[in-house]
Amino acid sequence: MLHSLYQQWFPIASSTDLVPRHVYQAQLLGREFAVWRADDGYVNVWENRCLHRGVRLSIGINDGRELKCQYHGWRYTNRTAGCTYIPAHPADAPARTICNNTYPAQEAHGLIWAGEEANGPLPDLGAHANGIVLRPIPVHAPAEMVETTLQSYDQDILFFVQPCDSDHCIIRGIAKPNDDRTVLLRQHSFALGELRDQVEAHAALVEAPARYKPVIARVAEDFIDIPTLTKEGRTADLPVTITAKDIIAKGIARLRLEPLKCALPTFQPGAHVDVHLQNGLVRQYSLTNGPGETDHYTIGVKLEPDSRGGSSTIHALNLGDNLAISVPRNNFPLRRDAVETILIAGGIGMTPLLSMARALNVQGLPFAFHYFVQSDAHIAFRQEIGTFADAATIHKGLSPEDTSTKLSEILAEPGPARHVYICGPGPMLDTAREIAGRTGWSDTQIHFEYFKNNTQRNTSGSFKIELARSAMTLTVPEGTSILNVLHENGINMSSSCELGACGTCRCTVIAGEIDHQDVYLTDSEKAAGNAMMTCVSRARSDRLILDI
Amino acid sequence: MLCNDRILLDDWHVVADLDHLSKGGIEKTVLFEQPITVTRSDTGVIACSDTTGPLPCQVKYGFVWICPGTPGRDIVHIPEAFDEDRYVISGGSFGVQVSGLRVVENFLDMGHFPFVHAGWLGEEPHTEVRPYQVEVTRDDEILATECYFHQPVASPTAKGGIEVQYTYRVYRSYSVALYKTNPLFDDRMDYIVLFIQPVGPEKCVVHSMLCYMKREMTRARLRWFMQLIFAQDKPILENQIPRRLPLDPRAETPIRADKAAIVYRRWLREHNVHYGATVA
Repeated sequence: MLHSLYQQWFPIASSTDLVPRHVYQAQLLGREFAVWRADDGYVNVWENRCLHRGVRLSIGINDGRELKCQYHGWRYTNRTAGCTYIPAHPADAPARTICNNTYPAQEAHGLIWAGEEANGPLPDLGAHANGIVLRPIPVHAPAEMVETTLQSYDQDILFFVQPCDSDHCIIRGIAKPNDDRTVLLRQHSFALGELRDQVEAHAALVEAPARYKPVIARVAEDFIDIPTLTKEGRTADLPVTITAKDIIAKGIARLRLEPLKCALPTFQPGAHVDVHLQNGLVRQYSLTNGPGETDHYTIGVKLEPDSRGGSSTIHALNLGDNLAISVPRNNFPLRRDAVETILIAGGIGMTPLLSMARALNVQGLPFAFHYFVQSDAHIAFRQEIGTFADAATIHKGLSPEDTSTKLSEILAEPGPARHVYICGPGPMLDTAREIAGRTGWSDTQIHFEYFKNNTQRNTSGSFKIELARSAMTLTVPEGTSILNVLHENGINMSSSCELGACGTCRCTVIAGEIDHQDVYLTDSEKAAGNAMMTCVSRARSDRLILDI
Repeated sequence: MLCNDRILLDDWHVVADLDHLSKGGIEKTVLFEQPITVTRSDTGVIACSDTTGPLPCQVKYGFVWICPGTPGRDIVHIPEAFDEDRYVISGGSFGVQVSGLRVVENFLDMGHFPFVHAGWLGEEPHTEVRPYQVEVTRDDEILATECYFHQPVASPTAKGGIEVQYTYRVYRSYSVALYKTNPLFDDRMDYIVLFIQPVGPEKCVVHSMLCYMKREMTRARLRWFMQLIFAQDKPILENQIPRRLPLDPRAETPIRADKAAIVYRRWLREHNVHYGATVA
């Protein structure tokens, strides 16, 4: 009985209940929903509790893109309901498994329709389609009793009864399109009010049925002690199609990617995806999306003059071409507890910083966006930058010396609650890194993202790795990376750039001396010697003990 | 569901604030869903009874305590309540429509300061909860130490924001306390204790005992501050689903900042406390 009700569509709200920036509380078959409309029009129907401590999300804040819980400020994004930020731990990117429960929903005929496991088409409304939605009438009586009584309602109204719980429901009626809207609404409001009194008087005489007991799903098991043995490595989980492509600056193409099958997963500012090309190459691109923009991903791709088939292949793609991408990874997470955030972008390195700036801008957090470009023609994403108003400064055509001077100005005042994020060409990053170190910024306040690793790598020498949790010892021969050896032996270690730049294959080192060859870890992290990038770094000692 | 937890039945629980009982007066209240009558005679003698007859009762710290079972241990000893340089007053008794165990957990939580107590005990963007220590002591109490948080108005005597140090202490399932920095002292901390009366599994009365340094403080300011803070917590607590505290580790999503709550839930499981909880 209940199972068949779970499959059905029920109206749970009027479209007019979902006013901008509001969170509406609805109930169906005992389960409470938080229902909210994002600024892009999408209607979200979620379980009405924050995954953290169960507080109702209907008392949360709808900022048009994300829903923020009142208790601890956790942010959940439009459409996917994935958690994008946990303020208690600003330096961490929340795990993708932290995702609220969503329910099938659609908006039609002036009503919001949902169901626990609703599928199939909506009921056919015939001549009542797109009619006048009557004022909803809540009734303290079981839905079946109300439905029976409504059969004698002698007017041409199509009724749907929303069973909030076993003992109360809401009558939702639709009248045929009519000129005398106000008269009609008044008339039915009165008649249904009378009907309610009659049904409630009847319901008071019989014993109320037991309340529904909706099951609160358990949260996902976040980690398993021993990694499972699969050959994964770099995977392309998501088929996407190119729905827009334009050249937005000299040599820079903007691509809009939309999913071919299921919805796109949650991303956070700073995240990148691997793009798998038909020629077998894999390239990393940062997402430029703003918060809540979850129906597509937008990337910016610069045509490299010495392209080895990556950027040139992407520039040759057309509308409607399909690609495979990985789920977003975030090795460049944005803290939102800074008194001021300074974003320094060089050329195409602006893409992750654009996403960060858009998030800070929407949240009203203070930031400065510095964008170094060769010339006016090289400025990408002008429209988005325009929304930052005074927070954005574009530095055009500076020589390396002038760039260095400008960076010294920008980085002149280290402060305890100021954070700097830098992404751009290697030489600019090296300069910024050097200036920051000299000016007294601590490693924890300066965050870098390199495109690639220009350091000369050394793959000589063989050594052993002991995998503490997997209880295995493996040999890494000369010319092969730790990552390759792990994959060859069926150990799942995710990776992305495989150049020591992105941070995806980071691994905890329990013992042994590391030969760091990456550009991802900070100098202090390298000196601490308890983490390494398995794609490029090796051992100085004859063995390493890894926490795998 | 009536209470079957021996550890709770054989313990002492606050059922009334002595200040609320006039001589010759009667107060009716509820403990573990059982009606309780508290009377104060014309000479000031306190007596308590339930529907079956008189119950063991005591007056301590300005509150009336009863034991619905056979007392297995005495009321918690709180030396701070006897310090000469402290006000020791009741901050009020608040009814809350949620399990008392949820109230304890909220009390142990620093992460909510910038959101629920914005402008007082925290403010955005300073939201980080830094790592802190939690242990179960030899006396079987939970102690959380090295807890630091920046607070704009930490106390009625605060003049501007300060870095506040907390020490949290769970005495028993429904009794919890905290030490916090007093803005006027380097070596003396204020102390707040909550004695939570489990009225039902999803309903409680929170009695608070405030042991605050007297310097520059008044009783009225202190009560006002406590009531302001508590009024901010109450609507959040009453919007938690379910109202009972889930003891299944996978029922909710804990983070590192919730270390004290994680230990508290485990400790409740180990002590077989079911009243006010949902068990996996």
